[in-house]
Amino acid sequence: MAASAPAWTFIALFLPFVAALLAPFLVSRLGDKAAWIIALAPALSFLHFCRFLGEISAGEVVTGGYAWAPSLNLSFSWFIDGLSLTFALLITGIGTLIVIYSGGYMKGHRHLGRFLSFILLFMGAMLGLVVSDSFLMLFVYWELTSIASFLLIGFDHEREAARRAALQALVVTGAGGLSLLAGLVFLWNVTGVTQLSLLVHLGDALKMSPFYLPALFLVLGGAFTKSAQFPFHFWLPNAMEAPTPVSAYLHSATMVKAGVYLLMRLNPVLGGTPAWEILLPFFGGVTLITGALIGIRQTDLKLMLAYTTMASLGLLVMLTGFGSPHAIEAAVLYLVAHSLFKGALFMVAGAVDHETGTRELPLLGGLRHAMPVTFAAALLAACSMAGLPLFAGFLAKEEIYAALAAGNPRAVFFTGAALAGNALMVAIALAVGLKPFIGQRKNTPRHPHEAPITLWLGPVVLAALGIVFGVFSPLLHAYLSSPMASAIIDEPTVVTITTIPHLGLPLALSVFTLAIGVLIYWQLERARWLMAQMLESLGPGPDRWFDHMVTGLVRFSAGLMRIIQPGRLEIYITITFILVALTLLVPLFVFDELPDMPAWPTGLLVQEAAFFVIAALGIIAVLRAADRLTAIVSLGIQGFAVAVIFLLFGAPDLSFTQFMVETLSVVILTLVMTRLRLSVSDHRPAGQVVLDATIAIACGLGFALMLLKSVGRPLDPFMTDFFDAYSKAIAHGANVVNVIIVDFRGTDTLGEIAVVMITGLAVLALLKLRVGKRGEG
Amino acid sequence: MNTLILRTAAPVITALMLLFSVFVLLRGHNEPGGGFIGGLIAASALAIFGIAHGPGAVQRAIRFHPMAIAGAGLFLATMSGLASLIAGVPFMSGLWVYPDILGVEVPLSTVMSFDIGVYLVVVGAITAIALALETEPENGSAHDEGSR
Amino acid sequence: MEVLFVALIGLFFTAAVYLMLSKFTIRILLGIVLLGNGVNLLLFTAGRITREVPPIIPADTSTLAAGAANPLPQALILTAIVISFSFFAFLLVLTWRAFEELGTDSTDEMRLAEPLDEPLPPMGY
Repeated sequence: MAASAPAWTFIALFLPFVAALLAPFLVSRLGDKAAWIIALAPALSFLHFCRFLGEISAGEVVTGGYAWAPSLNLSFSWFIDGLSLTFALLITGIGTLIVIYSGGYMKGHRHLGRFLSFILLFMGAMLGLVVSDSFLMLFVYWELTSIASFLLIGFDHEREAARRAALQALVVTGAGGLSLLAGLVFLWNVTGVTQLSLLVHLGDALKMSPFYLPALFLVLGGAFTKSAQFPFHFWLPNAMEAPTPVSAYLHSATMVKAGVYLLMRLNPVLGGTPAWEILLPFFGGVTLITGALIGIRQTDLKLMLAYTTMASLGLLVMLTGFGSPHAIEAAVLYLVAHSLFKGALFMVAGAVDHETGTRELPLLGGLRHAMPVTFAAALLAACSMAGLPLFAGFLAKEEIYAALAAGNPRAVFFTGAALAGNALMVAIALAVGLKPFIGQRKNTPRHPHEAPITLWLGPVVLAALGIVFGVFSPLLHAYLSSPMASAIIDEPTVVTITTIPHLGLPLALSVFTLAIGVLIYWQLERARWLMAQMLESLGPGPDRWFDHMVTGLVRFSAGLMRIIQPGRLEIYITITFILVALTLLVPLFVFDELPDMPAWPTGLLVQEAAFFVIAALGIIAVLRAADRLTAIVSLGIQGFAVAVIFLLFGAPDLSFTQFMVETLSVVILTLVMTRLRLSVSDHRPAGQVVLDATIAIACGLGFALMLLKSVGRPLDPFMTDFFDAYSKAIAHGANVVNVIIVDFRGTDTLGEIAVVMITGLAVLALLKLRVGKRGEG
Repeated sequence: MNTLILRTAAPVITALMLLFSVFVLLRGHNEPGGGFIGGLIAASALAIFGIAHGPGAVQRAIRFHPMAIAGAGLFLATMSGLASLIAGVPFMSGLWVYPDILGVEVPLSTVMSFDIGVYLVVVGAITAIALALETEPENGSAHDEGSR
Repeated sequence: MEVLFVALIGLFFTAAVYLMLSKFTIRILLGIVLLGNGVNLLLFTAGRITREVPPIIPADTSTLAAGAANPLPQALILTAIVISFSFFAFLLVLTWRAFEELGTDSTDEMRLAEPLDEPLPPMGY
């Protein structure tokens, strides 16, 4: 089948990146109309993925890929099942609308091209993330979404708040990314596979492993930070500093769901254990309640939506971890419905902001006449969010209650959490989708009129889909929710829920939720005041902690630097040599490897002994030298003595070289010393002398003992014999030393003469530099 | 150090040392010697000449900038290594030819050209350092002459 | 025979380390020169000591005579001597130039790269 040809999928995956490269050029030529053309890229990707619907709904999977680093068992490979496909369609579909919306929202902005480029970069990364089969690919795309998010949140980089929010999001999600990487390495180590598609069948082995819990915690660290679960939620509301299209796309519909995606993807592998079924619902539930409660307190449309997004993510995590097929079905339905209505509501909030100049709820009212189309979209989306019958949100809510109200005490607790969270979200849905449009017309900074088509097209399409999916639920189930639920549970599942209300506990709970929600909406002012009081009494939240942590970290590292790098060479050298001495001496004593006491050499010739004494005297003279001339002369003495020792013990080459080097050393030392008016005498306090001498003697003793130990053992003659045997036979040279230098180890010598050359250049540079500087000054 | 005796003797000493250095270089493969030692002897010779007659004189005598000599040496050494690639053997494998010159068989090899490269690098780099140091820093023009 | 070498090498290392622990650049430099010689002797001794017979293959045989010196450490040391010398020349010039530019030969007073009262890095965003 042509649709599954890997090349096309590859192109579809990379189309957003190509478009990201082209976007700035197109915008600079065509202005904001370019958005319509750029939107073709995600639209084409969307269409390509639509062609998989038939195959996937029939229970098949689409795979493909190319080898990347075969030696490391790495490949660029994708694996598309119901879960991936639903995400891919949401990403490309909503992405198309967002690009068009951005063209209108950022109209006339001088960096529109850059903005679209970042959006498309993110889109490509997110798309890659959800179809990745290999761990490494998943991780790379995961980090790429964090980076794209950083760029987009900080898009308005001239404001400090935007910079802070961007950095905060990057630090939190980046740290989570590292945690995820560690978790994936654990999974890899335990199971030996690097592909998600293979990993799915190894869940049981993994759960038996002692590394299950560490791996789980690390993976959750990645998922929870990305999906803004309590207590890592604080970056998401701050991310609202980004332009509204970003909030609608990344921070509600797609990126923040990456964590949920990961949990869903790994559900067959890691799920089903007590740890999974306790941690996920607990953190999800806490996030749900926290998000919904703080959301009520807000007056800014975007912030209200941001906190409900956090609450919804909590709900999704809770459902994913609940552990029953019904809960998974509910999560699937809610995920789709949420992406549609939240994307629409964010875009509505942006349109209202764009037309009236404010997002403050108390300042808005009576916009229904001025903005009828926007109002219609807002109303539809809000109804879906509130979970009214006929809407996709209703399906999700029915399924949630059907799943949670299973009867046991644990279920009752989570039902309560879901009820409270949902009721609050109903109230916020009405506050955002209804309140600005009804009631008295209020004075706004700008005179409102209907938004242009670019601004209402997205919300209208998404909101309409919310009702289409609700009414034609069998279609939704057949193509999206059933395959996706099957993928998460890892066995064929059919979602059957319809929008026609049927009597039972779930419906009763839905009605109850709605009633409380309307009640809270009616008393919104009071509820907000109550929440403000409560938050006030709780004191600063994790958002402030983050600031304290950052300053603390800076102070700590600066303090640490002052201790370990005080800027005094003496201390560095002292520490280095103490460590050298310890490294040499401690093993000798600890492992009882001290060399045997050597016998006094017999048959020592007079001239040999004489030069040893001369060398020793030279060294002592260098140590005690109080003026330049003594230092130079005594340095020469020890050098020439060493040269003679080489000669006496069968190394004429070394001897000649040492002679020449010593001569030249004395020459250049004299040349420099005559100009350098510095004293070679040393003024160290007595305590310093004792310390330095102790370290020096320890080092000298260490090297001496090590050498004595090693000469006490038999020499491995392998290399020497090799050179001996082949020097004349193959390399045609009788002087073995020279043959080694220029032939056997010629490459080494090439490197060494390069070093000699570089020191020559460095010396010239040092001397030239001064001429230049003097000339300037 | 600029005595008349030194100034008179320096050219002779330098010439002899240079000749000796080439001798040490060429016999190095079979007797004590080689590129490093030869190079150091030649560099000392030039340094002595520099002390006696000033770096400018050395500069004029060797015509090229010392670092250019060093660079040529490094180039020669690298090329000697690369020659084996053309012959289809691993990098730095020695290649030998035995042409008959005036009735005497002369062994020539990439190993020898490599050693000559080593010699040139050592002579060039160390002479450059010595000349640069011999140049009086206050005298800008002399310094330039010595190191350019 | 080795014990003499070992003692001399120990002395070399002790003196080198003591000199390098000084504050003054020129003494550190002297220490580095001694260290270079010490290391060369250490390599030489580790390859075992023989008397007088250099590692040169006699004309009539194809391998070294019995009792000839070990050629491998000699090859390593020979290049090391030349490298240490160029390194020494570089450090010498560096010391001289540092003295000229900074007006001091004490490493404690060379605080150009790491000033004494360096302020904290910026805390804001």
